Amino acid sequence: MSKALDMITRVRGVRGAMLVSAEDGLVVAEQLMEGIKGGAVAALAASLAGRLRRAMDAAGTGTSVFWHLQAEQGALLVVPGSEAAGSLLVVAVTEPDVNIGLVRLELLRVAETAV
Amino acid sequence: MSPHTRAVENWTLQPLTDFVREASARLVLVLTPSGQVLAQSGFSRAVDVMSAAALASAIVASTNELARQLRQAPFAALSHQGPKTGFFLATFVTDRGTLAVLAVYDLDVSSLGLVQLFYEQLAADLKAASPKGAVPKQVLAADFERELTDSLNTLFGR
Repeated sequence: MSKALDMITRVRGVRGAMLVSAEDGLVVAEQLMEGIKGGAVAALAASLAGRLRRAMDAAGTGTSVFWHLQAEQGALLVVPGSEAAGSLLVVAVTEPDVNIGLVRLELLRVAETAV
Repeated sequence: MSPHTRAVENWTLQPLTDFVREASARLVLVLTPSGQVLAQSGFSRAVDVMSAAALASAIVASTNELARQLRQAPFAALSHQGPKTGFFLATFVTDRGTLAVLAVYDLDVSSLGLVQLFYEQLAADLKAASPKGAVPKQVLAADFERELTDSLNTLFGR
């Protein structure tokens, strides 16, 4: 799991990556820069994932494969793993000017291979 | 404020109200390890509060004894999760003495991570709000029933 997170954190501008249990909102594995509250990010990202899943079900769009929340000082990027993978979320916390496409690619790769 | 959030000791009310809102907990009790309830949220019947407080108090006592026999410090928190509902029980020390928080949450609106996260805030808020220099009041057996009745009357607005 540590190797899998390496794939994400080696991208320039990524401040941390985590595997989060979607059901419990608990951290499964993390590689975070100092100052990022992993437990809080995990709990709130999992809560958001649950609400988004219900919103997308209600909208009839099917399950989400990637979300990107852009803020002034950074971004939160999440790829939900499959149900078969035990409902893990692959989460990245980034700088605002990160290469989103590259991080998305690595998140999807980790979700496919490691989760 | 939720109409079902009530406190026997008023300093517990705002931290508890915030916790219930943030963690989306269905039922919450703030109590002493001996089972004396300081505040509750979500309960609609006095008998449920009495049962939950007695059971939580018994769990705190038995886990403390288990920790003692293992020569460990008392357990900080206990979590139990079923298919639809989870409960979280934790103790912390304030100037009012040791307090326990019992939170029951539904898995479709909350999670252990959220409850743990906002429990830390609740414990910090209760520590900050607790009366400074207060000596924890001993509830004598002779006064127990009257104290219990008074607390339940306050909690259920009678």
